[in-house]
Amino acid sequence: MKKVGNQTIVFDNPPTILECASIVGPKEAKGPLAKYFDQTLDDEFWGEKTWEKAESKIIKETVSNVISKSGVPSNKIDCMFAGDLLNQCISSSFGLRELNIPFFGVFGACSTFVESMSLGAICTESFAENVLCATSSHFCSAEKQFRFPLELGNQRPPSSQWTVTGSGAAILTKSGTGPYITHITPGKIVDMGIKDGNNMGAAMAPAFADTLIAHFEDTRRNPSYYDAIISGDLGYIGKDIVIDILKSKGYNIKSNYDDCGVLIFDKNAQDTHSGGSGCACCGTVFSGYFFKQLKEKKIKKLLLIATGALMNSTTSQQGESIPGIAHAISIEV
Amino acid sequence: MLFGFGGLICSIGQIILNICKERGFDTATSGTIVSILLIGISAFLTGLNLFNKIGKFAGAGSLIPITGFANSIVSPAMEYKSEGYVMGVGGKMFTVAGPVLVFGISTSILVGIIYLIFNTQNVTLV
Amino acid sequence: MDINWANVFDWTVLLKCFVTAGIICVIGQILIDKTKLTPAKILVIFVTTGAILGGFGVYQYLVDFAGAGATVPLTGFGYNLAKGAIEAVQEMGLVGAFVGGVKAAAGGIAAAVFFGYLAALISKPKMKKQ
Repeated sequence: MKKVGNQTIVFDNPPTILECASIVGPKEAKGPLAKYFDQTLDDEFWGEKTWEKAESKIIKETVSNVISKSGVPSNKIDCMFAGDLLNQCISSSFGLRELNIPFFGVFGACSTFVESMSLGAICTESFAENVLCATSSHFCSAEKQFRFPLELGNQRPPSSQWTVTGSGAAILTKSGTGPYITHITPGKIVDMGIKDGNNMGAAMAPAFADTLIAHFEDTRRNPSYYDAIISGDLGYIGKDIVIDILKSKGYNIKSNYDDCGVLIFDKNAQDTHSGGSGCACCGTVFSGYFFKQLKEKKIKKLLLIATGALMNSTTSQQGESIPGIAHAISIEV
Repeated sequence: MLFGFGGLICSIGQIILNICKERGFDTATSGTIVSILLIGISAFLTGLNLFNKIGKFAGAGSLIPITGFANSIVSPAMEYKSEGYVMGVGGKMFTVAGPVLVFGISTSILVGIIYLIFNTQNVTLV
Repeated sequence: MDINWANVFDWTVLLKCFVTAGIICVIGQILIDKTKLTPAKILVIFVTTGAILGGFGVYQYLVDFAGAGATVPLTGFGYNLAKGAIEAVQEMGLVGAFVGGVKAAAGGIAAAVFFGYLAALISKPKMKKQ
């Protein structure tokens, strides 16, 4: 692999995304993409006593599913990258502790899935034959940590987003028949001083624009090269903002751009305000829906850019702004 | 909507107040009875997962009356049950409502002290 | 039970109560919608305002007019605290400033703690069904 331009890496031997798996919670199961997920849950506890334990179970079962679907035995998986939103990423570490696979815990907030795949792809060009990438999020555990108790009778503002309950996992392999990860463009932290924790879309949109422009400048491509440009969880508000930002910089993405947060829920029926968010938003929508589109060659060239908001509950109370980050991977069949 | 809810909750309070007065309770005790009953009702509605449904469309109508105060105590207590009955339920009960007590009580102490300063001829100092 | 139900359901009293409560809640809703204030901060503003207005004797007029429409909202809780502090100061001087507020609100605070704990025990938090 080598670096092209300022921050993009191109692979000489592009790794293949061998298999993906996804599990989602009850609200996502009523959304427009329900049939694409491997498994849907009836309730947010899945038999566990706490939401944190439930989230661990969800990522554990998703990873178990992707391993069996792929046919690669777990002792042939050289390492795994996983992360989530909970403090110290305990959902991933507790969920995956029995796997006996070398573990790299990563935190990219809602960009974790693409971050994991980026790092995994780099590993396949060095020591690894097979790499596992996974992420999870859970509406209840996220609200508990970042926002308000669930039973509090407060109203959610229209710009707020709904954290997706679920997990997405992928296995990358050195030698396969595609879909291939051809390029990765790791993002830089972009902080435009936005402080409103209820409008994550606006906070992360600048980072998305920054990474997308870097990718196109480095690869000398333009937006029409891709059949689809997909963001992780900018939501309805973030989506509009980013189309405008990019238009002002000379990039027109309106015709082939969409967002996982917008796709996963039905805006009218499900009242999720600005759409879905969370690590599992990109994780499940890619693993469930887009991976299938790539396998069936309905989409041949995909640019996946997951965005994350790098803050915690303390920084918001201290009056800090919200830095954003966006990681991009280019996938072709 | 919120106007109606706020009005309704307080009207229920007024009815309870009136009943207490009819039964011979003095104003202070009647007021305390109203508080206790409304707080108890809100606590149980929160416990039954019903209060937040009301709050979604009632907004300030359920938040501003004392019902909102009760809901803000029960909801974190329920949420942190997973962390145990002492540090979880007991410790986290006042994460949202604590400031209300801190600022309310502190302001009342200041009010009392200021009253004392301006009325030293009417009151015995200590 | 010698309750005069006509007095209990006196519609003039209830109407004044209903309207005043509604107006106070509308002010709260404006704060929710137009500012970035969290529910906790809004409750603090209301209780403190009620205590200050109670301290100046201004809130008393609202209570006389609207009854529970002024005492049930959280401003009324603040007013109750301030009124209790003043009354205790009249009785026992400086110590009263500390004693009075909590004494007046004792029933409410105890109820909140007790019923809060009970409700938490018997309940299970669920995902918002929105």
